[in-house]
Amino acid sequence: MSGDYFPLFVMLVVSVAFAAIGVGVSALLGPRRPTAIKGQTYESGMPSIGTARRRVWVRYYLVAVVFILFDIEIIFFYPWAVVFRQAPIFLLVEMLAFVTILLVGYIYVWRKGGFDWY
Amino acid sequence: MNIFGIVIDPAIVNFVILVIQCIVWIVALLTTFAYIQLVERWTIAKIQVRIGPNRTGPRGLLQPLADAIKALFKEELIPSNADKLVFVLAPMISVVCALMAFAVIPVAPPITLFGVEIPMQIADVNVAILYILAIGSVSVYGTVLAGWSSNNKYSLLGSLRAAAQLISYEVTLGLALVGILMLTSTLSLNGIVNFQALNGWLFLPQILGFCLYIIAAIAETNRLPFDLPEAETELVAGYYTEYSSIKFAFFFMAEYINIITVCALATTLFFGGYLSPFHGVAALSGIPILGWDGIWWFALKVFILIFGFMWIRGTFPRLRYDQLMNFTWKFMLPVALLNILITAALIIGLSWQNGSLALR
Repeated sequence: MSGDYFPLFVMLVVSVAFAAIGVGVSALLGPRRPTAIKGQTYESGMPSIGTARRRVWVRYYLVAVVFILFDIEIIFFYPWAVVFRQAPIFLLVEMLAFVTILLVGYIYVWRKGGFDWY
Repeated sequence: MNIFGIVIDPAIVNFVILVIQCIVWIVALLTTFAYIQLVERWTIAKIQVRIGPNRTGPRGLLQPLADAIKALFKEELIPSNADKLVFVLAPMISVVCALMAFAVIPVAPPITLFGVEIPMQIADVNVAILYILAIGSVSVYGTVLAGWSSNNKYSLLGSLRAAAQLISYEVTLGLALVGILMLTSTLSLNGIVNFQALNGWLFLPQILGFCLYIIAAIAETNRLPFDLPEAETELVAGYYTEYSSIKFAFFFMAEYINIITVCALATTLFFGGYLSPFHGVAALSGIPILGWDGIWWFALKVFILIFGFMWIRGTFPRLRYDQLMNFTWKFMLPVALLNILITAALIIGLSWQNGSLALR
């Protein structure tokens, strides 16, 4: 089994080498004349005010939580789909039960306005 | 194995072939990226009634080379209050993930070269679809870390938007493919292509899944009309505002290689991969190129899909952010679940007809 994944490891090493060589060559070839003005972050040409390390909107966090919920659902769906042909009706009923439970949560989030952006 | 009279261990030969194959794959992907990007600029120019790049070399054909040289020789700017290590790592994560995702896609049937059979994919993993989705999830890190490490407000906003958009559309992307798995009963891309060789392309039975997949794929690759993370008119350039020289080129590269990968995956799953459209037609099977399966059919199908992406980019205006999130959570997700139900009904109906239904 591990033989299947060895080529991917080789590919990973080669791609990381490519990315590192790219950054390295660019650092060698490009000029480097930093000044205080150049080192500032871009804010439409005005002197930048404060840092960007500040609190962010909580809704992004909510999206992440809902995503984890549905991503795990997909992980459940994949093995189910692969064996589906072996016993279609039994597996369909099983999955309908699972999806019904999930849909209750989905409708709850919808009604609570979890998917609304304003 | 015996090469020029020297006896070499087959394991070493296989390893050398593998390394050469990886390098060939990367070079091929980069060349395709360079010219896809040029073709896109021509196409968009035609749509917008402009001329497009035509100065560098004959008809502008050397433009990608000029861009690459320019990217290498530009000054590297790193903001003085940026997190320098993460700032340099982020584009590398993006480009490595983009290159890794393509490795499992079979581009042609195995070929025999100098007596050695070489599979035309880096790794024949039996959970290839899961692997591609996993790599897609990791590549979100490249985007998020780029925006965060720049310490720029535009970059931060762009990367937050990107993260929310990518993970939302990933749900639909994953669910859209479940129908394929139910029909083929395998996660291996070679298995899916072999299934289509016997049963015909999966495009028609999965038309709804295909539409969902393409919409989610456009959103996953941050293309218009879903290019909110890098909306020029609102966020300068989104998460890569602060990037210059080769690091900027890396993000660009990752975006286009991802486009090639999603189109190659769509080709493999819905349009029979490297199979000839005349596969199984006995009268045509002996005709070279036309009747044979091979990389040319794969390249043609992928290019047609990528051309569709360019056309969509040239035609549609950008969505508003609330429309974008509403669309995936309130419309695409229920439709994807409906697609699974339809596919289940299709399979049960067909096996009812065959009398092979297992009532357990």
